Amino acid sequence: MANMIMTKTAMPEQQPDVRNKNFEEVALGYTEEMAVFEAQRCLHCKNRPCVNGCPVNVPIPEFIAHVANGEFEQAYNVLTSANSLPAICGRVCPQETQCESKCVRGIKGEPVAIGRLERFVADYHMAHSREKLQLTKSNGHKVAIVGAGPSGLTCAGDLAKAGYAVTVFEAFHTAGGVLMYGIPEFRLPKAIVQKEIDGLRALGVEIQTNMVIGKVLSVDELFEMGYEAVFIGTGAGLPNFMDIPGNGLSGVYSANEFLTRINLMKAYLDDYDTCIIRPKRVAVVGGGNVAMDAARSAKRLGAEDVYIIYRRSEEEMPARNEEIHHAREEGIEFCLLTNPVAILDDGTGKVGKIECVKMELGQPDDSGRRRPVEKKGSNFQMDVDCVVIAIGNSPNPLIRITTKGIEANKRGCLVVDESTMQTTRQGVYAGGDAVTGAATVILAMGAGRQAARSIDAYIQGRNE
Amino acid sequence: MFKIVEKAALNPSITKMVIDAPFIARKALPGQFIILRVDEHGERIPLTIADYDREKGTVTIIYQKVGKTTLLLDTLQQGEAILDFVGPLGKASELEGYKKAAVIGGGAGCAIAYPQAKALFNMGTHVDVIAGFRNKELIILEDEMKKVSQNLTVMTDDGSNDHKGFVTDALLANIQNGAGYDLVIAIGPIPMMRAVSNMTKEYGIKTIVSMNPIMIDGTGMCGGCRLTVNGEMKYACVDGPDFDGHQVDFDEAMKRLSIFKEQEQNAVRNPDCRLLRSANNG
Repeated sequence: MANMIMTKTAMPEQQPDVRNKNFEEVALGYTEEMAVFEAQRCLHCKNRPCVNGCPVNVPIPEFIAHVANGEFEQAYNVLTSANSLPAICGRVCPQETQCESKCVRGIKGEPVAIGRLERFVADYHMAHSREKLQLTKSNGHKVAIVGAGPSGLTCAGDLAKAGYAVTVFEAFHTAGGVLMYGIPEFRLPKAIVQKEIDGLRALGVEIQTNMVIGKVLSVDELFEMGYEAVFIGTGAGLPNFMDIPGNGLSGVYSANEFLTRINLMKAYLDDYDTCIIRPKRVAVVGGGNVAMDAARSAKRLGAEDVYIIYRRSEEEMPARNEEIHHAREEGIEFCLLTNPVAILDDGTGKVGKIECVKMELGQPDDSGRRRPVEKKGSNFQMDVDCVVIAIGNSPNPLIRITTKGIEANKRGCLVVDESTMQTTRQGVYAGGDAVTGAATVILAMGAGRQAARSIDAYIQGRNE
Repeated sequence: MFKIVEKAALNPSITKMVIDAPFIARKALPGQFIILRVDEHGERIPLTIADYDREKGTVTIIYQKVGKTTLLLDTLQQGEAILDFVGPLGKASELEGYKKAAVIGGGAGCAIAYPQAKALFNMGTHVDVIAGFRNKELIILEDEMKKVSQNLTVMTDDGSNDHKGFVTDALLANIQNGAGYDLVIAIGPIPMMRAVSNMTKEYGIKTIVSMNPIMIDGTGMCGGCRLTVNGEMKYACVDGPDFDGHQVDFDEAMKRLSIFKEQEQNAVRNPDCRLLRSANNG
């Protein structure tokens, strides 16, 4: 019997005035009863529009049917047939623009909470499964993956399942990419990311950390070492700054630096050695998820006032609605239609103020969003002691400048054949943010999956 | 894990370690650096590659005990291991095509100046090395620097080695005596690099400095190490660490180095500091 309640089963959360003082996960997850009850809202449509909304085409109604029957492990098996990292996707995917946006229940009322159910199933499996993984029989072929972020890990997992000996080369001391250094603990606990990575290791994936490909080894050397194909999943980790005065002042951070110190280096904990300043008044410039993460992190470090400064209106904000909502609840203030023009010195080389102008929206630009236009003479100053710049990242140029035959576009993104993910060089594939520029975790995973299929076809074709 | 195959104190505050890191040893070039993390709770710190042996697969680092992490590193002994050690990072120094160079090292900066002097010397460049220390007890790498230079001048601030004065005093004397340098390399504390750059600018001598800003990843993904060079933002970890000394904004670099001064001092003084705990246990 379907559950015809119009709204999603609510997920328990930490209270805003409690959680904005700790780094623990905000959303607490469904209980078994809640999951079964929510799963019963799925109507099991014949044409399964939700599946088309998912970049990796998870068989959504099938896994939800198992949840509705209390068969959580079966649900997990269905889920992981299409998605290697479900505990992560269930938490960080923008479901409102993907699977859930296509759900028939969303026409009148709220869609089925697919993301929350995915998360429940993955967490249930991690907590309860004692099953030993069956290693796939080796097919004798070696593939190298550059970068241990979502695209590289997905590609590695799929190839390992197909029998390849896979080595992932990661520049940092920890695998995970943005899942480890970028997305904060309160949205994505690092222990969960670690468990997903350990799961890949159990599949036979070898991960070598502290290996900066392009410096310590070149792509050509990887081929010389016997790897038959290389996948580049190096992301878009090069932070952009604004072309305004004051970028060099103490207290101005890229969001990457601010979040890396907090998430990867755990600078907010006393028994870790990495420093972080604990600012009082923080301006975060930008309107994406990274800006929300930085602002909410600043609040948790004890800042009294945290401002999001964004040059368009809320409607154009690229951040997930849920993140904007959570940020507001936690006391983050939004300065919309506002753009910084200078960061000002307090007289000692530290940030003292940020000077902004008011903006208004003009005609739509190339991106289809209405272009912000400066209101002349509307300059004003705000007292701040820290500015975090979260206006986007570009791909790191290291691979493309050290590898022959790999073309990039003018934004520095690697050029690939969209159906195969092959770069302009045979045997070298790429995917994720390194190709698209900063996008989402699930799109990166979808690209990794597609590349794994192409790499398999390429290597099998060569050996026929 | 990266094993420490040799450890030696060069003076009371400066230590040399030879680390087993064959991949890095194969690729390292003068001017490049590594980032290390001592243990699971440690921070990432950059250190210049002071030497390397491609056949033995080792990389030499020389560090000064200035704060918590370098003190913690110094608790490790030969045979023990460093958790993370990544490199070679940064651009190699561009040293080709010079006839006569002065390579200037200040204090621990000599550990970075030494491989550059060695590379120049081996290319056939005439090399004068000028090294500066606070007093004669702190002098390091004297024999090594002598071997890779035509002339070595060691200055002490207090004159305890009978050569009283700053490195700039020795440099000025050489220039005025008609040394005819077409390159000066200056590596050490920022005030020293700034003083050398100001002096060589007057004489129009090309000057390279090796910048030492705060770093985390060392691969260009955070911008923590950014500097202003000739009015443009540069990342020392990927665009440097070598830059034209006549174009670097030293004042800004100096201020940026002190961002975490308070926390760094607290980290060492704090009686609960795990370094002190480990020192007491060890």
